[in-house]
Amino acid sequence: MTETNPPRRAVPLWIQIVVWVFLAGLLVLVALGLSRRQQGTVQPGEVIDDFALTFYSGYELSGKTEIKFSDLRGKVVVLNFWASWCKPCEQEAADLQQAWTEYAPTGEVVFLGVDYVDTEADARVYLKKFGITYANGADLATKISQYFRIKGVPETYFVDREGVLRYVQIGPFSGVDQIREQIDLLLK
Amino acid sequence: MIGDLRLEIEERKNELKTERKILMATQKNTNYKLLFTILLALVLSISMYSFASAQGPAPTDDEVNAIAKKLFCPVCENTPLDVCPTEACRQWREQIRQMLIEGKTEDEIIQYFIDTYGARASGDPPNKIASYLIPVTAIFLGTALLLRALQMWKKPKAAESAIPAGEAKQVHQDEYFNKLEDELKKRK
Repeated sequence: MTETNPPRRAVPLWIQIVVWVFLAGLLVLVALGLSRRQQGTVQPGEVIDDFALTFYSGYELSGKTEIKFSDLRGKVVVLNFWASWCKPCEQEAADLQQAWTEYAPTGEVVFLGVDYVDTEADARVYLKKFGITYANGADLATKISQYFRIKGVPETYFVDREGVLRYVQIGPFSGVDQIREQIDLLLK
Repeated sequence: MIGDLRLEIEERKNELKTERKILMATQKNTNYKLLFTILLALVLSISMYSFASAQGPAPTDDEVNAIAKKLFCPVCENTPLDVCPTEACRQWREQIRQMLIEGKTEDEIIQYFIDTYGARASGDPPNKIASYLIPVTAIFLGTALLLRALQMWKKPKAAESAIPAGEAKQVHQDEYFNKLEDELKKRK
């Protein structure tokens, strides 16, 4: 005599729906994470959201120790991500400082240095070494670099008077002319 | 004559009194100087001692690395700070050493790195729920699928063993069909 298996009870429909909805939700979550990873930096044409930058002592902007990006509306902003441990950053440091000395008297352009995952002591040595005088501060908790989704340093973002990103330079500039070219376009 | 002698004696007495006063004043002054020197030496030694205690002994590489291995390189992904050869990590390790010299505890140092460089520095995922939920769900579902697959593989074998070998080919997957077969066999 053979044994007969009892008929299997079907899983209730509501459990099946819950499981499938949960799975679909997880898939969406994974997909969103992956797409964000592959998105690259903030793209030209996007309006830059507000963020705060705290400056190193001695490198403030017009005497302010901290600024909000929205405070700079009406001015062309050159936002440069750098670090003292970054060798390619050294290639462009002098060019950025030269461009700053040329445009600073106009009062229409602001240069901001954002020091990425760096120690303040080393950052200060770097700033002194290259005679940098424009405003510089640390990217605290990497909030600014995360917003811009930077891939490394150096990276420079040119933002127009309306707060719209117009140009992204990945890697060091080829020379001061390249910086001038981008600023002049935004000043027109 | 006697009057002159008395006068001389009186003068001599006065001189002696003055000399004694001067002598006593000088001695008093010397005592103050000595007291002042002792006090100064005492204050200096106490301050030197407290300065030395605040500074603490120079931390060893092992002490620095014990904390560094709980942190991650800001530049290379998933590389613990204690083994990372980059300049950025060297600077971070130096920062740890400096903070240990200042008398900071391990927790304070790790918290400083999280505050300054973000949660990524400690290896903590930014989105904890998603980071833990996805792998746990994947493991749970994977195990469930595996068990279900094993069940399905076992079922046909059990059915095959219950019927004569010649009829094995006719075994149907449908459980209702199997049940019908069993009932028919019973009536025989």
